[in-house]
Amino acid sequence: MSRIFAYIAHKGGLADESAAELLAAARAIDAAARPTALVAGHGPQLDSVCDSLRSSYAEVWKIADESLSYPNAELVRQALVKVLAPGSIVLLAHDHFGIDLAPGLSIKLNAAFVPDILQITQIEGAAVTFVRQEFGGQVSAHVRCDVSPGAVITIRPGTFKRAPNAPVVGLIVDKSAEIGSLSARRRYLQTVVAEAGDVDITKHTILVSIGRGIQEKDNVGIAQELADVLGAAVSCSRPVVDAKWLEKSRQVGSSGKTVKPKVYLACGISGAFQHLAGIKGNPFIVAINKNPKAPIFQVADVGIVDDILEFLPELTEKIREMQSVSAK
Amino acid sequence: MEILVCAKRVPDTSENEITLNRAGSDIEREELVYSVNEADNYAVEEALQIVAKVGGNVSVVTVGDEEDEEILRREMAMGASHGILLSDPEFQMSDGRGIAAILKAFVTQGKYDLILTGVQAEDGAAQIGGMLAAMLDYPFASLVNSIEVLDNYKLKIGREIEGGNREISEIDLPCVLSIQTGINEPRYVGMRGIRAVASVPIPTLGASDLGVDPNTVGEAGARVKRVDYFVPALGKGAEMLAGSREENIDRVLELIAAKGGLK
Repeated sequence: MSRIFAYIAHKGGLADESAAELLAAARAIDAAARPTALVAGHGPQLDSVCDSLRSSYAEVWKIADESLSYPNAELVRQALVKVLAPGSIVLLAHDHFGIDLAPGLSIKLNAAFVPDILQITQIEGAAVTFVRQEFGGQVSAHVRCDVSPGAVITIRPGTFKRAPNAPVVGLIVDKSAEIGSLSARRRYLQTVVAEAGDVDITKHTILVSIGRGIQEKDNVGIAQELADVLGAAVSCSRPVVDAKWLEKSRQVGSSGKTVKPKVYLACGISGAFQHLAGIKGNPFIVAINKNPKAPIFQVADVGIVDDILEFLPELTEKIREMQSVSAK
Repeated sequence: MEILVCAKRVPDTSENEITLNRAGSDIEREELVYSVNEADNYAVEEALQIVAKVGGNVSVVTVGDEEDEEILRREMAMGASHGILLSDPEFQMSDGRGIAAILKAFVTQGKYDLILTGVQAEDGAAQIGGMLAAMLDYPFASLVNSIEVLDNYKLKIGREIEGGNREISEIDLPCVLSIQTGINEPRYVGMRGIRAVASVPIPTLGASDLGVDPNTVGEAGARVKRVDYFVPALGKGAEMLAGSREENIDRVLELIAAKGGLK
């Protein structure tokens, strides 16, 4: 099997939590692999990231350059193409940075590209079988790829569990001299931090969360009425924000907020993994969706196949009745 | 500005339950409602808004077969000036790299300042734009959720990163951008608009027209091959409530109360 590398993203001197997942994925491809971490950056923060990876990765390739102090995918790609030998297998997290870097990297390395995998199910020689999802997670597919000519593989965050790892004392190898001068035609200017919004959904114990099933802006009130009687807040999935029915600050997911409620009512939400990535703390999830095949039913505690536009008002009404009885 | 948008016709997952055929070799396609991939539609809208400001033309291209013409016409009804179908039996079963190679061959025959794709297709993997850019040796950015045209043949773009934050960059033209949903509000296309472009000829280009080596595309060129489809095993799986609506509501309220959610 070819040499396996894991590209480790980092921020503020800390390795991304995908570092352990990429290690587990590398081991799934080749149990005997001693995967090499690739870390690009600049200055003392880069050094502390490299240092932190030595206990899990047998080798850590440090790529230091002032131009890499912000992770610009174009520059990182140029650097990786210089240091990686043909035939290398490179693993990356399938996140906003992996999506930016990996497809082009595969072309420049003349390697196969296997995107967004959830599992590795079979190894026959160099032919590796992976599991992917399509159609928003409604169906999965096995895909096969001969990785011997090299492969760039992106791993869906959260799908490979960190495995117990015999501690190693990794060697840091400084590859900085090999990258030559880098130049970008895409230049980072600044990061604009998300606006706070009127309601902080991260602070609520109950969320009434709506998805595409709410159908139109005028129906958002149905969810708000339920939230009002429950003392909850209304949150949502991406399509609701795309359609401008709710503010971005209400969005739960990897590109929105991470929430930790006790109870999460997923109303007309299909359950795309980007959405589920924003739900932490193992809440009690009630899913209501017209589509019995909606992936949300795989992760919910309780599921109801129904039209939220009819179900939610009746639920609200029932709670009101109960509250008026107990008030008497 | 000459803008090319790469679009794809896909089963609309908000309208369909996706099921498998008996052999598990494909999804059941008989009853599916198809439409233009959502992110691709946002890309066309963005292209139209750019040319409305700075002038130019929007062309829309797809790799597929005759049935895929319908999405080209739909995007032309939105305002795109040209629709082009890249179709050849040799193209079938292409992997992402194969599709990118076909598109690259088309792009190099023309002169485009900006190439847009949707960030990801319903049945895709967010790969075509980045591969196409690398093949063309153009700069690339993914997950783009704002575009501003600057002087000196440059754009100022925003990318969606974690937590709703946005990464702002400047990028040289020509470039390839993959467009995230929500970047704009795509205009409505009525039946009248579709009818108006119903008879506009759509050029179809095959492997030889494009100078594509058949060994690099289609099944022959695919390095990643789909073995089968399957329905994922349910995780822990929800307890499905199958009572009447009233019964289900009562049960949900019991459960929420038990979890401390009702006062």
